[in-house]
Amino acid sequence: MVVDEEAADRLFHALADTTRRDILRRSIEGEPSVSRLAELYPMSFAAVQKHVAVLERAGLVTKTRHGREQRVRTDPDGVRRARQALDHLEALWRGRVDRMVDLLAEPAGTSGPDEPKETDR
Amino acid sequence: MSVTSVDKNFDDLSLTLTADFSAPVERVWRLWADPRQLERWWGPPTYPATVEEHDLTPGGKVTYHMTGPDGEKHRGWWEIVSVNPPTALEFVDGFSDADGAPSTDMPTTHGSVEISAHGDGTRMVVRSTFRSREHMEQLMEMGMDEGMEGAMGQIDALLAV
Repeated sequence: MVVDEEAADRLFHALADTTRRDILRRSIEGEPSVSRLAELYPMSFAAVQKHVAVLERAGLVTKTRHGREQRVRTDPDGVRRARQALDHLEALWRGRVDRMVDLLAEPAGTSGPDEPKETDR
Repeated sequence: MSVTSVDKNFDDLSLTLTADFSAPVERVWRLWADPRQLERWWGPPTYPATVEEHDLTPGGKVTYHMTGPDGEKHRGWWEIVSVNPPTALEFVDGFSDADGAPSTDMPTTHGSVEISAHGDGTRMVVRSTFRSREHMEQLMEMGMDEGMEGAMGQIDALLAV
């Protein structure tokens, strides 16, 4: 449980920063190098490297070495899994809302003997 | 009527779903507050829910089981975080082992619902949050067993419109 909490903290911390979210977006679209990213933000190479390290610890990106440069790539599995999970959750709740609509359409009194008296507006 | 907006937040792994109903606030609240109503919408049709304990007070429990097509039972629970009838409810949603004891090593989600008057009807905003990425992964793996697929089938039809 403690491990879960720590992983969640890392994830939320990683995504709580504008620059890091931007780095994540850019590494979904391409595979920018750390030096390329450093040119984009008004901060030092070391600062950008730190941001990338935070994203890496949260399991959101991976770094790969290409010759002299380090390229940042989104961990496609992590992102895809999150999308899938939220899609499932959406489907689950849409199904529930659907059933709620059906229930609400039933005439009052069908759900139990102790139906409270209702005055509609 | 029905679902009017869905917002998925990949940062905190949450889903916020807004639905509008043409029924009064008290009536929509009863979907949650009356266990006989709750069990008719909580589980998908292939896994109908039976609510056992139903205590909507802070720290109170709701316990239920869902019965699958082969008669197998999946047990679950809510622990109520806060409640303000007839407009708000917040709870932790988890699973139990076969004896009904809450499993501490099983994944949980955090749910909140807000119900308010909206035009001639009622607006319900449900927010469901995976507790962590690990919990999310675990739930995804269990999802098939828990009958999410049943709900998915219906929903695919809806989404195709």
